[in-house]
Amino acid sequence: MNIKLLNEALAASRSGKAAALATNLKTGQQSLIQGTEVTGNLPVTDVVMAAITRCWDRDENDSVMTGEGKIFIEIFNPRLRMLIVGAVHIAQPLARMAALTGYLVTIIDPRSAFASTERFPDVTINSDWPDDAMKALKPDRRTAVVTVTHDPKLDDPGLAEALRSDAFYIGALGSRKTHGRRLDRLRELGFTDEQMARIHGPVGLKLGAISPAEIAISIMAEVTQVLRAPVEQAKAERAAAKAASREAAE
Amino acid sequence: MESAGDNEQILGQAAKWRGEGKGVALATVVSTWGSSPRPSGSKLVIADDGAFLGSVSGGCVEGAVIEEGLKAIKDGQVRVLSFGVTDERAWEVGLACGGKIDVFVEPVA
Repeated sequence: MNIKLLNEALAASRSGKAAALATNLKTGQQSLIQGTEVTGNLPVTDVVMAAITRCWDRDENDSVMTGEGKIFIEIFNPRLRMLIVGAVHIAQPLARMAALTGYLVTIIDPRSAFASTERFPDVTINSDWPDDAMKALKPDRRTAVVTVTHDPKLDDPGLAEALRSDAFYIGALGSRKTHGRRLDRLRELGFTDEQMARIHGPVGLKLGAISPAEIAISIMAEVTQVLRAPVEQAKAERAAAKAASREAAE
Repeated sequence: MESAGDNEQILGQAAKWRGEGKGVALATVVSTWGSSPRPSGSKLVIADDGAFLGSVSGGCVEGAVIEEGLKAIKDGQVRVLSFGVTDERAWEVGLACGGKIDVFVEPVA
């Protein structure tokens, strides 16, 4: 790879915009594609562009056979983000684990005593009210939102805005009883049961977690499952359909 | 897809080593079959002083990939390496998991 192209790929990856790197595995020719803009020495034909679009949609890398050789397509989708409402104890291990998993983490808490940089080094802290913060940060389909304050006046506005967004995961810490009352309050704000079904509450996979770090594990496990399991299932279904059509052809 | 964070770190390291005047090669998993340990897009960066960062497998084929990376730095050529249990060198650098992977190795010039 040309160092100039490598730096551009790095910048593209950091920018958070969708980009793709196409490489001819035989010749080593490469191009970086951002939207309709192409940089590099690999000609991007319609066939290659169609494959890139498919990869972006499926959020996976793939390769495509052409007359000039096999072209590998590596996509740079925007970074995964996690927005945590509440700079409470549990947020400390959760922020660290999420960062380790590749998420850009923002902790939202208007209470400055909680959201101090001493308690949360290396994490972006947003001290706006949760609904304002959510409106500014605009959770998208690569964003997980987790509320952990236990305080309705902080959690509820955050959850309400999350429900109006495309966030792929919404989780709320609290017991089954707490969650029931939370749903009642959200219902009063006009949310339907179907809409509220997006909220994972009580948050996390049932691991019998006790300590804050263990609870963070159960949350990260559930977030990962929600993100990856459907993609894995679709892959398995495509493979099964391919096998079936091959069998039918024989 | 490989998590963007990991690959950003590896591309960043490649740029840094290159900036320091080192010879650098990049290895990327470009195909996987069966139960391969690292997904397509996983990267490993190799410097000509033998330093490396990242992974393309669970550790079973890294040695061979680094060796080819050092060759790529010297001859400036790209190559595709295939690893799997059917490989004749399987006993040496095969994947214990029974999967199969192709790794693209390229010099960073």
